[in-house]
Order: sequence, then C-alpha cells, then structure tokens
Amino acid sequence: MKKLSALAVCLAAAFSFMGCGGSSSGENGEVIVYNWGEYLDPEAIELFEEETGIKVIYDEFETNEIMYPKVEAGASEYDVICPSDYMIQKMLENDLLAELNFENLPNAKANIGEQYWEQSKEFDPENKYSVPYCWGTVGILYNKTMVDDTVDSWSILWNEKYTDNILMQDSVRDAFMVGLKLNGYSMNSTDTTELEEAKNSLVQQKPFVQAYVVDQVRDKMIGNEAAIGVIYSGEAIYTQRENPDLEYVIPKEGTNVWIDSWVISKNAPNKENGEKFIDFMCRPEIALMNFDFITYSTPNNAARELIEDEDIRNSPIAFPDLSQYDNLETFQYLGEDADRIYNDLWKEVKSE
Amino acid sequence: MIKAVSKKIYIILIFIFLYAPIATLMVLSFNASRTRAKWGGMTFHWYISLFDNREILQALWNTLFIAFVSSFIAVIIGTVACIAINHMGKHKRAIVMGITNIPMLNADIVTGISLMLLFISLGIKFGMGTILLAHITFNIPYVILCVMPRMRQLNPSTYEAALDLGASPIYAFFKVVFPDILPGVLSGFLMAFTMSLDDFIITHFTKGAGVDTLSTKIYTEVKKGIKPEMYALSTIIFITVLFLLFLINKAPKEREK
Amino acid sequence: MKNNRLTGKLLSTPYIVWAAIFIIVPLGMVFYYGLTDKTGAFTLENIAAILSAEHSKALWISLGLSLISTVICFFLAYPLAMILANMNVSQHSFIVLIFILPMWMNFLLRTLAWQTLLEKTGVINILLSFLHLPALNIINTPYAIVLGMVYNFLPFMVLPIYNSLVKIDPNVVNAAKDLGANGVQTFFKITLPLTIPGIISGITMVFIPALTTFVISKLLGGSKILLIGNVIEEEFTQAGNWHLGSGLSIVLMIFIIVNMAVSAIFDKDGEGSFL
Repeated sequence: MKKLSALAVCLAAAFSFMGCGGSSSGENGEVIVYNWGEYLDPEAIELFEEETGIKVIYDEFETNEIMYPKVEAGASEYDVICPSDYMIQKMLENDLLAELNFENLPNAKANIGEQYWEQSKEFDPENKYSVPYCWGTVGILYNKTMVDDTVDSWSILWNEKYTDNILMQDSVRDAFMVGLKLNGYSMNSTDTTELEEAKNSLVQQKPFVQAYVVDQVRDKMIGNEAAIGVIYSGEAIYTQRENPDLEYVIPKEGTNVWIDSWVISKNAPNKENGEKFIDFMCRPEIALMNFDFITYSTPNNAARELIEDEDIRNSPIAFPDLSQYDNLETFQYLGEDADRIYNDLWKEVKSE
Repeated sequence: MIKAVSKKIYIILIFIFLYAPIATLMVLSFNASRTRAKWGGMTFHWYISLFDNREILQALWNTLFIAFVSSFIAVIIGTVACIAINHMGKHKRAIVMGITNIPMLNADIVTGISLMLLFISLGIKFGMGTILLAHITFNIPYVILCVMPRMRQLNPSTYEAALDLGASPIYAFFKVVFPDILPGVLSGFLMAFTMSLDDFIITHFTKGAGVDTLSTKIYTEVKKGIKPEMYALSTIIFITVLFLLFLINKAPKEREK
Repeated sequence: MKNNRLTGKLLSTPYIVWAAIFIIVPLGMVFYYGLTDKTGAFTLENIAAILSAEHSKALWISLGLSLISTVICFFLAYPLAMILANMNVSQHSFIVLIFILPMWMNFLLRTLAWQTLLEKTGVINILLSFLHLPALNIINTPYAIVLGMVYNFLPFMVLPIYNSLVKIDPNVVNAAKDLGANGVQTFFKITLPLTIPGIISGITMVFIPALTTFVISKLLGGSKILLIGNVIEEEFTQAGNWHLGSGLSIVLMIFIIVNMAVSAIFDKDGEGSFL
C-alpha cells in the first residue's frame, strides 16, 4: 500500500504545477456561444477575439435535444446558440429567443442567399430571430463497388439483397422522414394512419438493417463496413474524399432540407456582442474558413464565390440545385402530443 | 507444472481481453488518416498537434483538477462518515448505507438531470463549482465502500486504550485508527479518481459554458469524428501511468535486495 | 460512552447534511417527476408504463443480458482472483491497479475501440481471414453487447472477490486439509463460503451498471436491441418526456433495492466489502 500512497504523492505533485483556468473577460466584455461539437473553425474564434477584443466563451452540444433543457432551465446563460430548424421553432414557441436587430448584422443581410431566408420562414416566419449558418440535405450514400442497382429511391433501403449492409439513422424524426417519404407522405405528418404506415415500413426494414447509427455512418461507410447508408450531405463530401467509391444521392421521393441557424437567447447577458459574433461569422472569408473546416454547405453566397476549387463550388452535393427535386421539406416542430406519438411508434420499431 | 502453465495462459488471455482495445487506441494514435476506419500510414503528427491544441490541453487540466479535488474532498467526507456510521446502531447503519448506494446505482442521466434541477433551484452559478459538487457526490459512496470494511475490522479497544492513556481523540485517531484504514482510504481515493475521470453524463448536465473535461470534449467530438489527438493523448496518459506504476512497484523490491 | 455518542453525532452530521441535499433531494425530484404528469397532477401512469409491450420487453432483455454478463464475469473472475491471490502478496496494490488502469482510458473510446476490433472489416476478422479461419460476426448482435458488458464491468467482479480471498487466513485452509478434506471439498466448504460477501458485492457492481447501460447497446449492438437504459435515456434526451423517464427510473430502482436487500441477507453486518 506504500506504493499507492507514493502514486498519490506523484499525482499531487503533478497537480501543483497547474493552476485552475481562471476566465478573465476581454477588454470589450464577452460572448457565450453554444454550438454543435466541431462545428466551427477554432481559428475563426481567435480572429474574432483579436479584432473585437471580445472574449468568446465557447461551449458545445451534441444534439438539439440535449441542448434544449440546458437553455430552457437557464442552467447557463448563453448568448448565441446554433439549433436546427424545428428546434428554433420550438424555442420560439416557448419564448426562449430574442429578436435580432438586423442593423447590427449588415453581413448577414448582404451575404446570405435569398433562398435560405425564404426557407427559414418555415420555422421563423418573419426572419426575425435566426440567421442561417449551415444547411444541407439528407440522402443515401452508397458504395459503387458493392451496389449494382440504380440508387435513386429510398426503396433501395428495403432491398433484401443488401441485408446486413444498410445503415439507418438512429433518431426518431430522421428515421420517420425516410419511412414517410417512402410512402409518399409529408415528413411533418401528424396523421396517425400515415404514421402507422411509415412505422410498418420501418419494422419491415429492420431485418435488413445492419445498425441504427447517428454519426458512425461516416466511419463505417469509409471502412467498407456497409454498402448503403442514410447520411447528411455535409458528411458526404468528407467521406468521398476518404473513400472515392462512395456516391451520394438525393432520392426522388424527396427529402429533408435542413438549416442550422444562429439565434440569440432571450436571457442573453451580452446581446450586442452576440450580434457582433453572428455578423462576423457571416463575413465571406470567415464563412469560407468554416466551410473548409466542417464541409457542411454554407448559405453564404459571397463565401461560395470565394471557393477556389471549381468542383466543390459547383458540387451537386454541397450546393444542389433544389429546384430539380420535388417534395423537399424542412422539419417543423409538431408539438408535444405529436412528439409523443412519434416516439411511441419509434420505440415499437426499435423493440421489434 | 501443467497447472502453473495453464494458470499463466489464463492470466495472459484475460490481459489480452482487457488490453486489446487499449492497444487498438494506441495504434490509431499513429494513424495518418483522420478516420478510425482507414489506415493511412504511420505518423507522429497527432502527438505534435496535440500540444498545439489549447482546448484539449485545457480540458485535460480541468479533468485532472476536478478528479483530484473531488476525490480528495470525497475522501475526507467519506472517511469521517465511516467513523460516524461505525458508531451507529444496526438499523440506522443499514439505512445510511442504503442511501449511500443510491448515486452509485442510479442511472447517470437521472442523477445528472436531478442535480441540474437542484443547482438551478438553489441558484448556484454553473461552472467548475457545480461540477465539483456533483463529482464529490458520486465519489463519496466509492470511498465509503472502500473504507468501511477496514473500519469494521478495527479493534475498538486500541482506540479506547489510547484515550485512556490520555491521548486526545484526534491524536488517537491519527496514531491508532488512521494507519489501519489507510489502505482503504487510498483505494477509495483511487476508485473515486477513476470514476471522476470517466464521467460524462453527470458532468454534462452540471457544467457551465466553456468548462470542458476530456469526456465532454470526446462526446461532442463524436459528431464530426473523434480527433486523432484524443487517441494520442490517451496513449500518453496510459504510458505515463503505466511507467509510474512500474517505477513504484520496482522501488521497494530493490530495497529488499 | 456518552462522549462517544456525541462524537458520533458530530462526525455524522457533515455527511448526513451532504446526503440530504445532494442525494435525497434529487431523488425526491425523480419521484416527483415520476409520479406526476405534464400538468403536475398525481398519476401512476408513468410507473404503469413499464407494462406496455415495448417497455416490458426492453426490461426483460436488459435483465437477461445483464444476468448473463454477471454470470460470465463471475466464472471468469473467480479463477482469476484465486490465481492472483496466490501470487506474491507484496504485489497487492499493483494487481489492483492493473485492473483499474484500463478504466483510465475514456469509456467511450474503449467501447469504440471494440467496434474497430469486432466489425466485419475489423481487426479480429482481418486476423482470422489471414489465418484462414471463419469470420466472427457478432457485431450488432446481443453477443457483442454481452461482450461489451463483460469487458467494462469485469474489474468490478475481480476486485471484491480478490479482496475477500486475500483476507482468508491460510491456517483455516490448512486445517481443513489436515483434517482430510481434498481440494474440491476445501474449496466448497471453506474458500467459497468465506468469499460470499465479495461475490455479492461483485454481483451488485456488475449487474446494476449492466442493467442501466445504454452506450454499450448503442455502439456494439447497433441500436437494434432496445434496452431499458436506452428507453430511459431517450425519454430524457430525445423525446423530452422527463415524467416517463423518471417513472421508468423508479421501476428500475425497485430492482436495485431488491438486489441490495439480497446482499444485505448475505452481508449481515451491513458493511459491504467492495475493496
């Protein structure tokens, strides 16, 4: 046991070398940002701090749902948050967001494409509360060497030939989006018979599914672990770079076009600094930097013009011409009761 | 002879089982490709970029600081509690031990959210302090579980004899009782330290903005893929601890010679 | 004696206050959420929800898998602990640390590493095909979940058994042998009964975390098998229904209490013998 105590002493010695990270605010105050993990180039934050003298306190979350209770409960006061479309609607309905002063956001007004403002109206009807940051589609990623059928429909995910080679999304709304679209319904449906039908499709699909995953689609597809996977378009560019056999397709039945936007919380202690931060992120060169870092499509048209690689600037994956597709939709918040129905049906699928 | 060999083989198999994933992590830390799914050749790049990564290093300090401070405080509270519980009657002791077990056995997410609600209702500002309070709370049971058996094995008359001989209770405790329970206290510290290092969910719900531990960093990284720097850091931590262990284990043997 | 009581009271106060604030109050909140609905009215619905087809199935599968894992852990750990206990005593702390050491690598990273090992195109299968052996296809099946549970919780079984074995007075074992008992008899009549407290705390330390885990089934089970831990976790993180999540947690607590009661029968002094 002497050894144990010796170890404890060593550890104690190690600690005496470190101080507790004290947070001193910058000369012009601070701004508290709550963003998805790895969703921003850290260098962009440093540039912002240097230029404005505002200290950025940066915090990360992994899902909209894990972010929401922390903001709602007021556990921490955040200034700038980056939720997805339907979550912004939910936060609006629960009065958690502050109206933005667009006079402080000249770059946002000038650089974000008109179509994205239009699309944002689905969850922020008057474009008063949110500034688009990233967007994309959800589609099918498949391995050309393992799939010999034409992939243009969600129905490929129901093909028995690919048993144990299919990766499905492991989240309620994404999974039901596929089920509902397959049957030709809206992915914001609250009709119980439609939902029941989608559920039956998903149950039927389960024997063919290798795994329900969220983020590991990427690694598993790169490693040739599966032939077909449902994936976010932002990941597709990265996976193709790592494994050229992979191909991304937006199915003909339509899909989810999502937007993650900057918002400012109602109880933001530093609202003006928050707006400065958002506007900084909308500068073309900063938006480009972030695009290069995270590979998710940017709604910043000025930034897109700056992309040097023509293949990426005109990539149908990163910047698809949405007018070519039918039945594209954006998630809406459906209310607690509908959420409950979705969750109950999803549990039935999962426990099959 | 056969028996001795089969014993050795058995131990080796168990060790392969326990350490195979760790070997995998170490190999991945030298992988030039950013994804765990593809081998992109050998590189030391991640070890270099690790030390440029301010966030990961800050998270490492936070993790070690929280683990150390929370287990230290938990050891003090837990050991004192053990003395007290030892004095209690059988029923009271059973109740207190039952309560002690709750945070250890409850699902982490339930503990995490209920602590978050508690801190909000108490109006405590979220930050390092709330993480510490939470970690101390779930560390205490491990300390008590390690110290209690030692305490029960003590012969109470030695302590009383010391008192009879005129020692003050505190002096008697440190001279008579403490040396005997020290092994329990140390393994309690070690256990608490380990649990604190590994915790994610409770930390997530009790942390304030901008305070990250390695665990919370790793979980948010899952969305864009674990950074190979994390593998590199884990490898360094592992090698360091292993090295310390061997060093400590070797020292007394040489003295015996 | 009176003095003794007073010190007892004085010493117990800090911990009791701490436990009241940070254990009892949060627990009370779980009960409050579990026994109310959205409007705050009293209901037993969240508790009764365990009876629904999906929830009870999830509970049974969880109980089954964690029971299997506990049994496997026991049969792996006992011989190991016996071998270790017969080794040089001065290495005691070293042995303990060797088993705790893997836990210093992050839990998520360790479990992800198993994925890299077990996948169809993973390390183990590459090795097997190199040796012309049939592939191992257990990833995304219950087998992989059990493997993950055994891997993560085995140290919790080894340590308490090891500790209770070390405490056995060798004279007792020798006396039995002198009286003519053979190895098997000595083991079942002397060694095994004396290690029961260690076994019981080992079982508790493996069974309970295995029962409530959700990460292992997500990463190694491909989320195709719904465990009760996953249900509770999803109610909190995805569905946002804290009332149902708390209600199901209360149900799980019943199993935890049963487990504790069983340990109390074997461990009459209420001391626990974890380490």
